[in-house]
Amino acid sequence: MKKQAYYNITFGGIGGQGIIKASELLGWAAMYDGYHVKKSEVHGMSQRGGSVESHVRFGKKIYSPLIGPGQADFLLCFHADEHPRLVMFLKSGGTDLVEYLKRAEAMVENPKHVNTALMGVLSVFLPISGPSWQKAMETVFSPKILDENKQVFQRAQGLVIK
Amino acid sequence: MAKKTSVQKAFLSGNEALARGAWETGLSVACAYPGTPSTEILEALSLYPELDVQWSVNEKVAYEVAYSAAVGGVRSLFACKHVGLNVAMDPLMTSAYTGVQAGFVVVVCDDPGMHSSQNEQDTRWVGIYAKLPVLEPSSPAEAKLFVAEAFALSEKFDTPVIIRMTTRISHTKEDVLLGQRTPCQPVKLAVNIQKYVMVPANARVRHDFIEGRLTRLQAVSEKSKLNKMEINDPSLGFITSGISYHYLKEVRPDASFLKLGFLYPFCDAKIAEFSKKVKKLVVVEELDPFIEDHVRQLGIKKARTKHPSFRTGELGPGVIEDVINGRPKNVPKLPARPPRLCAGCPHWASFSVLKKLGLFVAGDIGCYTLGALPPTSTLHTCICMGAGVTFNEGLRRAHPDQKIVGIVGDSTFVHSGITGLINAAYNKAKGIIFILDNSTTAMTGGQNHPGTGLTIRNEPTKRLDLKALCEVCGADHVDVIDPAGNVRELEELVSKRINEDALSVIIAAHPCKLIKR
Ligand code: SF4
Repeated sequence: MKKQAYYNITFGGIGGQGIIKASELLGWAAMYDGYHVKKSEVHGMSQRGGSVESHVRFGKKIYSPLIGPGQADFLLCFHADEHPRLVMFLKSGGTDLVEYLKRAEAMVENPKHVNTALMGVLSVFLPISGPSWQKAMETVFSPKILDENKQVFQRAQGLVIK
Repeated sequence: MAKKTSVQKAFLSGNEALARGAWETGLSVACAYPGTPSTEILEALSLYPELDVQWSVNEKVAYEVAYSAAVGGVRSLFACKHVGLNVAMDPLMTSAYTGVQAGFVVVVCDDPGMHSSQNEQDTRWVGIYAKLPVLEPSSPAEAKLFVAEAFALSEKFDTPVIIRMTTRISHTKEDVLLGQRTPCQPVKLAVNIQKYVMVPANARVRHDFIEGRLTRLQAVSEKSKLNKMEINDPSLGFITSGISYHYLKEVRPDASFLKLGFLYPFCDAKIAEFSKKVKKLVVVEELDPFIEDHVRQLGIKKARTKHPSFRTGELGPGVIEDVINGRPKNVPKLPARPPRLCAGCPHWASFSVLKKLGLFVAGDIGCYTLGALPPTSTLHTCICMGAGVTFNEGLRRAHPDQKIVGIVGDSTFVHSGITGLINAAYNKAKGIIFILDNSTTAMTGGQNHPGTGLTIRNEPTKRLDLKALCEVCGADHVDVIDPAGNVRELEELVSKRINEDALSVIIAAHPCKLIKR
């Protein structure tokens, strides 16, 4: 992949799927790697099973925390029903990772790990170093669930055939 | 990229960054009542053990406690959502007169787009109305810097200072530089009757003072670095503030900018200077025409403005071109999944009974407001905090023979339902007030309140006994029932009480399913 000035990633799904946690992980990882990062979503009612959308942008200098229509480099969808609504964010030639949703679901034993698995997939496509991802996982996961999440993350990287 | 820096950074939301900034600036006391999108400010502050922080009973109380700490000589902060400020307006308006001993910052988070609010009011007008300075950060990193600026202004000019945030800034996360805390020496408590006792003779003097203070603040605004002019391509210039600045920079990076961070009092001379430097001038802001009206008042005729259809909702990178060109709003509405009560929520049982009995339900603010949506559709009014109680009374005064009940949550009842219940008893109103007691403030993510018997830091404290309280307020009957699994009993109870000539309270007590303790 050609090096870009910035990267835009749209996450979407429904409340309770760990989308906020996943985008948080990317935010910290990008920060540890020295990028300027902005992440935006909406809290509030989303907790009660409503649609959740999270946008992460990182690069040398980021202005808008929101990704405009047709501007996302990557779309990470956590719920198939939400996909049609989110696809408008993808830029032409952007990468839609929806095909990995089923594979991530099949790979994990605990459904709580689907979000971490999808992040493992995403990590293969992004210019963020392994140590920064590790450090980010240490920041966002409590010690009790850190190891299992690190394992899922690493195994999911193997799902990607580039 | 891997260019590592040695400075300490964290990935913080606007609310967390603001809290960090306040802590670094020597904050001592902070008070709030939870409210999206402002809740995380106090949650973040509660993690610093050296601070005195609290969930207050409501915003009026929070404002008074925090403000009087500043009168007492320590730096303090009050935070709320836009509608929460309405509850605190009484002390706010006169605190503008009385001023401070140590810095006092009022953080108000507006909610353009109404992600989780009952209206879309624009707090910037409060600056004009209360004659108080308003700062408006545009990002989490700025929220942290601006709060330090606000404390300095507050002390220098003897005034509360408003920081206006919006949901997009409160909840955006950004990498933010961290600094050290500079503790503050408390000032001695001194008697000053002329300044702090607002009887007419003293208040007249203070009113003169604050008029003069506004003039002096305007001079500061003119020179403030927070009002930043960026002259790039002079053929197009924007006057903007807050998050709109970043949307514009994204879409038109080469244009010229006047970004207003010290929003009010306005920097009139700077605005005039900027307007002369650019050929085409456009004012871009979310919600009300606050900057727009002022620019017009200054007689700057060439300023173009957004189409009035953009006075509602959030802006975003996708609509910025329409805004710049004065085109009406034209956003295709894609159906998003609506929120609903959680599976296993105790409120389902209460709503099923109310629905079955076909009652008119005066509602209130909380998760249970979702009872208005299908499949229950059994909540028929929702205006403001506490109105479940008072609407039962007013609607019955309009329709004495109709079967009406009021519902209110436990936290909301403590916030502003108690006075309504006393009023109902005193004025001989009848009916049922349902307190949906889930032992938390669930809507905003599960904060403690007096009924939980725990503080913001989960320390045990005096627990408010809701049943005893309702009895002394004058309710004829107070029944406590667990609605989950007892739907039949609940139905029998409501059927009985609704036919009595009495004022009843039914406390439907069952903990929130989502928020476990
Ligand atoms: S958060 Fe609690 S009170 Fe709110 S809908 Fe869910 S279970 Fe019910």
